[in-house]
Amino acid sequence: MANNEIHFDRYRFDVVVIGAGGAGLRAAVEARQAGLRVAIICKSLFGKAHTVMAEGGAAAAMGNVNENDGWKVHFRDTMRGGKFLNNWRMAELHAKESPDRIWELETWGALFDRTKDGRISQRNFGGHEYPRLAHVGDRTGLELIRTMQQKIVAMQQKDAKEHGDAEKYLKVFAELTITEIIKDGNKVAGCYGYWRETGNEVLFEAPAVVLATGGIGKSFKITSNSWEGTGDGHALALKAGSALVDMEFVQFHPTGMVWPPSVRGILVTESVRGDGGVLTNSEGKRFMFNYIPEVFKDKYADNEEEADRWYKDQNNNRRPPELLPRDEVARAINAEVKAGRGSEHGGVYLDVSKRLPADEIKRRLPSMWHQFKELADVDITEQPMEVGPTCHYVMGGVKVDPDTTAAYGVEGLFAAGEVAGGMHGSNRLGGNSLSDLLVFGRRAGAGAADYVKKLGGKTPEASDKAIAKAHDHLNAPFTREGNENPYSLHNELQNVTQDLVGIIRTEKELVDALKKLESIRERAGKVKATGGKAFNPGFHLAIDLENMLLVSESIARSALDRQESRGGHTRDDYPKMDPNWRQVNHLTKWSGKSVEVEAQPAKMLPSELLELFEMDELKKYFTEKELAKGGN
Amino acid sequence: MTRKVKLRIWRGDSKNGEFKDVSVDANEGEVVLDVIHRVQGTQMPDLAVRWNCKAGKCGSCSMEINGKPRLACMTRMNSFGDDETITVTPLRAFPVIRDLVTDVSFNYKKAMEVPAFEGPEDLKPGEYRMQQVDVERSQEFRKCIECFLCQDTCHVIRDHEENKKSFAGPRFFIRIAELDMHPLDRLRNRKQKAQEEHGLGMCNITKCCTEVCPEHIKITDNAIIPMKERVVDVKYDPVRWLGSKIRKREGIN
Repeated sequence: MANNEIHFDRYRFDVVVIGAGGAGLRAAVEARQAGLRVAIICKSLFGKAHTVMAEGGAAAAMGNVNENDGWKVHFRDTMRGGKFLNNWRMAELHAKESPDRIWELETWGALFDRTKDGRISQRNFGGHEYPRLAHVGDRTGLELIRTMQQKIVAMQQKDAKEHGDAEKYLKVFAELTITEIIKDGNKVAGCYGYWRETGNEVLFEAPAVVLATGGIGKSFKITSNSWEGTGDGHALALKAGSALVDMEFVQFHPTGMVWPPSVRGILVTESVRGDGGVLTNSEGKRFMFNYIPEVFKDKYADNEEEADRWYKDQNNNRRPPELLPRDEVARAINAEVKAGRGSEHGGVYLDVSKRLPADEIKRRLPSMWHQFKELADVDITEQPMEVGPTCHYVMGGVKVDPDTTAAYGVEGLFAAGEVAGGMHGSNRLGGNSLSDLLVFGRRAGAGAADYVKKLGGKTPEASDKAIAKAHDHLNAPFTREGNENPYSLHNELQNVTQDLVGIIRTEKELVDALKKLESIRERAGKVKATGGKAFNPGFHLAIDLENMLLVSESIARSALDRQESRGGHTRDDYPKMDPNWRQVNHLTKWSGKSVEVEAQPAKMLPSELLELFEMDELKKYFTEKELAKGGN
Repeated sequence: MTRKVKLRIWRGDSKNGEFKDVSVDANEGEVVLDVIHRVQGTQMPDLAVRWNCKAGKCGSCSMEINGKPRLACMTRMNSFGDDETITVTPLRAFPVIRDLVTDVSFNYKKAMEVPAFEGPEDLKPGEYRMQQVDVERSQEFRKCIECFLCQDTCHVIRDHEENKKSFAGPRFFIRIAELDMHPLDRLRNRKQKAQEEHGLGMCNITKCCTEVCPEHIKITDNAIIPMKERVVDVKYDPVRWLGSKIRKREGIN
């Protein structure tokens, strides 16, 4: 099709940030502060991104509550939580920079809960040695989003005053979906998409694109994610020729709601356990004591008395096992339910009513109280909650350079937040996501700005051919033959991932899953959208479906190859963690026809970081040969 | 337990529209948004509805259910009678885009008119000290999920398009109040601006906004009335106003 037949709006920016959650907004602020013209693309309305649902807090070793905390302790906890598969440089930058990122939010108007001496209060969370999470009750994500949204508005107000146009340097495009990265050779030339409201197509010409599109939860049936979590950025990166790292690692948050069915999967914050909630089975037993893995035995209490004492005296007691990293708790709940000791509706019980007085629960966990009261008729100040695992977060994602967040293989492409991989290794600690998106969101904005400045005037161009291809791809759900219903296909996809690529995996089921995904992919090529292009959810889902399929296949293939259990990847047929597999990262690429996974050596830590750990602990994760050789 | 429910859904765009009656399954524990999704999946694949989190945290699925501004994700099906027809319509105060989706850009324009937080110049990041009791007042307003139900229900603009120009609406009165009560905000004339530029005076405190707020923010009692009262004070006693601002800055107030 010749371009004169294609109608589209055309914009030119220095940096386009795809995604308006925490990472995207922080990237946009940074790139604008570097003097560039920046577009922010929101798939939804401005301020609605999935970050608003983050509850517990943002981890940052400020040491406000326990002064023994510091970046080294945070770094150690993060590496332990990820079972040492983390990109160590990302974990290091994250631990070092997150306090500054939190403090900076205060200067933009954020109002965190306070300690008695007026500093930012910090709460306990799974896997964190000290109280570390800056929080606002249980609505911390909302505070982050709103603060950065208001910072963007403040910058626009300044631009209006100084340049006479609020949107000249920083413009928000709400309800706009990007469907293609456009390249010139191997360099990013921009991206293409459409306005939801009208269906009109849009070309953004820009030498740098930051992916900040968040997660993939909507590929699974039971998930805490909102409708936007369809892996758009993962798919855009794959199709642009970049690569994803370690996609087999998917976090199932141990505590999602299980009843009533319509709320199944909605998150119950880890703060409930951080603030003293205990998990019990149908026999009334606190079962977590039976599930403390060898690697954590010296850090977690093996009896109720010590666990209870910890809430008052953390320096002389070990932590309660309810606060083990999320992967451990999720597997334990899964095992209890499987053994027939589950709650009435197939979960377990989580009870905070016996630990805290009613008004304290309402003060510390207001949205949990609200959520259970209004959606499940449960008063959590008097009754236990029923909870079970829910797909929450993907550790895998775009392979990036830790310092600049530059994406592997494509010049001018950057990625930050959940869409980027590596930082969390095989399992993310609670609270490390909000801090991740601040630290690496800022680095993405700076990385993109540096890249654009270094390009000088040599801006890559979007060719007519590339535009036509993006246009055709976008319109396929209307133009192609077929009669598949996107809603039922999405449903089938979710069943396959949930049942066969879920919390416990086996070779047989993964092979089966890949076969089924292939057949769904074939049928997805026949999905037909009905109605017009303006605000048409069926059309939109047809496009999302393609992304979810690519992501699901990446997860299943990587999971099939990894013959061990580690963090967010549990193989029933390979139940043990194997130090030899710690040396392997999985790289997923798209050949144009299929998803391909290759093994790559994972880098050893440098000596100065390796020395932060005791040798006895390292022996649990590394081979003797590696340790004999020492750090890099 | 599954039962059939009757829904009357408004379908159309900015030019035309009509009600469509549908009968659809509803399962135990479901909310209106679940049932609308089922209609989408089985009968009307292009039915436009805005939603995100389905957990009452993002404020996207605002619509009018039996004429009342509500979040569809927090409105349970068992709050209706077995034979009751549930009527769903788009927010009335804003222009329709399609079906249940409205153009809420009015609110983003108003957000742009509220001067941002201005922190103290003499404190570096990390040096802010505030007491919990002092931040709590503003924190109540920062619970706002921007569902704009308060804007939709406010009779100053609900049926008076002409007032939109000079009236920011309850959502932005709590934004102004939040900044005004922020212990470290330096900007001095927020209340006056609320009165003179954002139309605070047009509010005659009928509390409709408070009633529809899904976050149970006491918009009228805790934000609008205190601001109105102090605007009156300040008008007649500038010394008292200055004094209160200085006390606030020092964390005494």
